[in-house]
Amino acid sequence: MAEIVTLADAIAATVHDGDTVAMEGFTHLIPHAAGHEVIRQRRRDLTLVRMTPDIIYDQLIGAGCARKLVFGWAGNPGVGSLHRFRDAVENAWPNQLELEEHSHAGMANRFVAGASGLPFAVMRGYRGTSLAAHTAGVADITCPFTGETLTAVSALRPDVAVIHAQRADRRGNVQYWGLSGVQKEAVLASARSVITVEEIVDTLAPQPGAVVLPSWTVEYVAAVPGGAHPSYALGYTERDNEFYKAWDEISRDRQRFLAWLDEHVYGDAAATSTAATSTGATSTGARAGAAS
Amino acid sequence: MYTPDEMMTVTAARSMRNGMTCFVGIGLPSEAANLARRTHAPDLVLIYESGAVGAKPDHVPLSIGDGVLAETADAVVSVPEIFNYWLQPGRIDVGFLGAAQLDRYGNINTTMIGGNYARPAVRLPGSGGAPEIAAACREVVVVLRQSRRTFADRLDFVTSVGFGAGADSRRQLGLTGAGPTLVITDLGVLRPDPDSHQLGLTGIYPGISVDQIRDSTGWELAVSPDLSELAPPSAAELAALRLLLAGGATS
Repeated sequence: MAEIVTLADAIAATVHDGDTVAMEGFTHLIPHAAGHEVIRQRRRDLTLVRMTPDIIYDQLIGAGCARKLVFGWAGNPGVGSLHRFRDAVENAWPNQLELEEHSHAGMANRFVAGASGLPFAVMRGYRGTSLAAHTAGVADITCPFTGETLTAVSALRPDVAVIHAQRADRRGNVQYWGLSGVQKEAVLASARSVITVEEIVDTLAPQPGAVVLPSWTVEYVAAVPGGAHPSYALGYTERDNEFYKAWDEISRDRQRFLAWLDEHVYGDAAATSTAATSTGATSTGARAGAAS
Repeated sequence: MYTPDEMMTVTAARSMRNGMTCFVGIGLPSEAANLARRTHAPDLVLIYESGAVGAKPDHVPLSIGDGVLAETADAVVSVPEIFNYWLQPGRIDVGFLGAAQLDRYGNINTTMIGGNYARPAVRLPGSGGAPEIAAACREVVVVLRQSRRTFADRLDFVTSVGFGAGADSRRQLGLTGAGPTLVITDLGVLRPDPDSHQLGLTGIYPGISVDQIRDSTGWELAVSPDLSELAPPSAAELAALRLLLAGGATS
C-alpha cells in the first residue's frame, strides 16, 4: 500500500547515493519538483535513467548528482542543447558523466522488459547505426521461428521510479491521463517508486484514457501541486514554453546556473510544504499534503 | 520576397500528399507538416512520437509533447505503443526528419561531431525516435539547411541509417522502409540515384546556382540531367506560413 507523505520524506526514504533512478514523463508530467528535492538532499553518484533527459536531468547533472546517464535524446525540446549535459560530456564539469545511449524505442522496450519480468525485449532497431558499437545492452538475436535477425535490448530495472500524476485518492491509488509516456512501465520495472500528484481526492472519478496505478504497486505518494513545472499536467497546468526558452540562457553559463540553483532549488528548502499550503487552486490535495 | 528558409519549408510542405500518414519530428519538419495541413493537405495525419496519433494543432507546438497535440489527437497512446504497434510494422507512409549532418547516402548524424565518442568536440542530443523512423516508415523525407558543415563527406557517428554504404546496403541491413527518397534544403532538393542510392541534385530554387550548391556540399555532388527549377512560394503559401509561424490560429 502506498503511504502518503511529504515529498522530502518520500525522496529521503527511496533515493540513496549510488542508486539507479528513473524520473519519467515524456514532455508531459515530468516530476521537476521531485528532481529539485533530490538536488536539495545532495544525492551523489546516481545513475539517471530517462528517455529524454530534458531540463530536469540538465539540472541534476549540473548540480553534481549524476555519475552516469542512460538515455535516448538529450536536448531542450524545440529550443536546442542541454548545456549542463554538454558541459559534463565535453568538459567533465562538474564531474565526468558516463553515457549509456539508446534510441527512444530502445529505451521504451527496455522499460517494457523490466515491467514484464523479462531479461530483454526484442525489436527491429539499431542495425547499421553507430549506437550498437558504443552501447552495452544491444545485441543481435535470431528469431527461433523464422530465423530472422532481430535486435535484443537488455531490461531496465531501476532502484527507484519517480513520476508526476494528476491525482491520487487517499488510499494512494494513482491516476493520470494525456500523453502517458512510459511511466507505467517505469514504475512497474523499478524496486521502489515515488509519485507526486497535483491533488489528493476522496475518490478517483473515471477519466477517459486514464492510466491507474493501484496503491499496492506504489511506495510513496506526495501532493505537490504544480510539481511538473515547467512541464505540465494536462487539465491542471500548461507547459511553460517560455521557461524552456529561458533555460537556454540560464544554463549556458556555469556561474549563472549555480546562482539559479542557489535561488530556486537550495534556497527553497521549504518548497514542498510551501507549495502544499499556499496553492489555493487545488486546496483539497494541498491540505492533504500539508497535513501528512 | 521570401527567405531561403521559407522556400525550404514551403517545398517540404508541398511534398506531403493529402491523406497520407506522417511521423513528424520537431522543428522544421513539424512546421512544414502543419503548413501542409493548412494549405493543400487538410487531411494529413500527423503522428508524434509522444503518442499523439492524428494531432491537429492550431499552432506549431514547441515540443513534440505540447498539450495541444494530446488535446486534438484522434488517439493518445503510450510511448512503447507508438513505436511498437504504430511505427515498427511499417504502417506509416512518411517519416519527416531533421538532421545536424547528412552524408551522400542520406545517413544522419545527430549524436556527436569531432573528438571521440567519449569526449566529443560537440555533443548533440542523440537519436530520440529518429533511428526507427528512418528504418520503418515507407519513405523518409529529410529537411535541413545545406552547407559544407551539414552536408558532410564522412559522418563521425551514424545515428539514423539512410542507404548505409549505398547500393544494396539498406536492404541487406534488413531495414523495411524505402529510406530517404527526398532531401529538402534551403537551396534545392536531392533524390537518391536508383542504383547507387547516392543523393543527387534534382531540383533547384529560383535565383540559386548549381555552383553555389556544389560549394555548399562536402562531397562531389552529382547533378541530375533532368534538373528542374522549383516554383517560388505562392502568395497563399507565404501568407499561410507566416501566419503559422506568428502563432496565428487557422483562419
